[in-house]
Amino acid sequence: MAIRGRSRLSDVVSKHEAAILTDWIKEQLAAVKAADRIGEAELRTECARFLTLLKVALRSDGSHDVSSAAWSETRELLGELSRSRARAGYSPSETAAFVLSLKRPLFDRLRGEIGGDADALADEVWQTTLVLDRLALFTTELHQKSRDEIILRQQQDMLELSTPVVQLWESILALPLIGTLDSARTQVVMENLLQRIVETGASIAIIDITGVPTVDTLVAQHLLKTVAAARLMGADCIISGIRPQIAQTIVHLGVELSSVITKATLADAFVIALQRTGATIGRATKA
Amino acid sequence: MERIPILKMNEFLLVSIQVDMHDRLAMTLQDDLTDRIVRDRARGVLIDISSLEIVDSFIGRMIGNIAAMSRVLDAETVVVGMRPAVAITLVELGLALPGVRTSLNVDKGMELLRSSLARGGNGHRDAGR
Repeated sequence: MAIRGRSRLSDVVSKHEAAILTDWIKEQLAAVKAADRIGEAELRTECARFLTLLKVALRSDGSHDVSSAAWSETRELLGELSRSRARAGYSPSETAAFVLSLKRPLFDRLRGEIGGDADALADEVWQTTLVLDRLALFTTELHQKSRDEIILRQQQDMLELSTPVVQLWESILALPLIGTLDSARTQVVMENLLQRIVETGASIAIIDITGVPTVDTLVAQHLLKTVAAARLMGADCIISGIRPQIAQTIVHLGVELSSVITKATLADAFVIALQRTGATIGRATKA
Repeated sequence: MERIPILKMNEFLLVSIQVDMHDRLAMTLQDDLTDRIVRDRARGVLIDISSLEIVDSFIGRMIGNIAAMSRVLDAETVVVGMRPAVAITLVELGLALPGVRTSLNVDKGMELLRSSLARGGNGHRDAGR
């Protein structure tokens, strides 16, 4: 029974390939709004390739086990497809719809071929569903995996991007912090800052927290740790960019920041730092 | 017995820790240094720890103690050349050495000692600032 079913499906696919392809593309264009994101020509190429590979796989493998070697090329194509769609911002269901929308055209053709024999038809439909469902699940899984990879990479990028240490002046460093400070980031920030202090021989570091959305006790503790570590290296720290809201929060939480010089803006902190290093700034008088 | 040498330079004492500090060595250093401060009437102590790679809570506290003792004997202490890894370790251990003055290198440390001596010469008043 299974053997007869398998040959029927692959026969049907071979016989009506062109018609199935047309129906399938029509189905996808109608169902998925993604049509405007992907060109019809491109979609047609992808579908045609998939159908060809499906045909080959169906013919060479009787078990309908999509994880077997006979399906490796089909899996590769689907993998490529879900990765590119994950990057393009498709949802998992939109990606799975690529495979699932093939059901209707296939069922239609199967009915046309063996419509009279209800038992055989039911059997064929079951087999086809099994294969397509497994393939669809496979795409969803891969889609998820590629999305996870993207998120992981972005997290790392953010960690590196968001902790720059810039030299403002001879022996004055600035550390503009953007985003929430957790312990992992504090570690990176601290290491970067101390390393730069050694490299530049800086004696003053300005930590600007304009870009830090909230300061709770934990964040404050992390900040104070960084200040303490910099002090041990012989560099004084100034914390700047404290917004009114944050000043209120700090006081309400009872965080003790009196051991550190704090300034409202980076500009004020810079002036203090310049004074500390013995530099003065003034306007040049025009002759 | 192993000892850490203490060098005299005008009114300052220089200590450079070049070997791994173990507890006995730290105790000996504490004894030697307090003796020398009194004997040489030193006004400042500079401790260079740029070769120190590993530090534990005992050594961290020791450095703090030495600085506090020197201050009692009217000598300003500056710890110079701490490595980033050591600084992070001390902070994580909760030993931020609040009473100790620090500098990045020997040059800046000497500058700090000279300027604080010139400002009034009294370690007490300066440290209380």
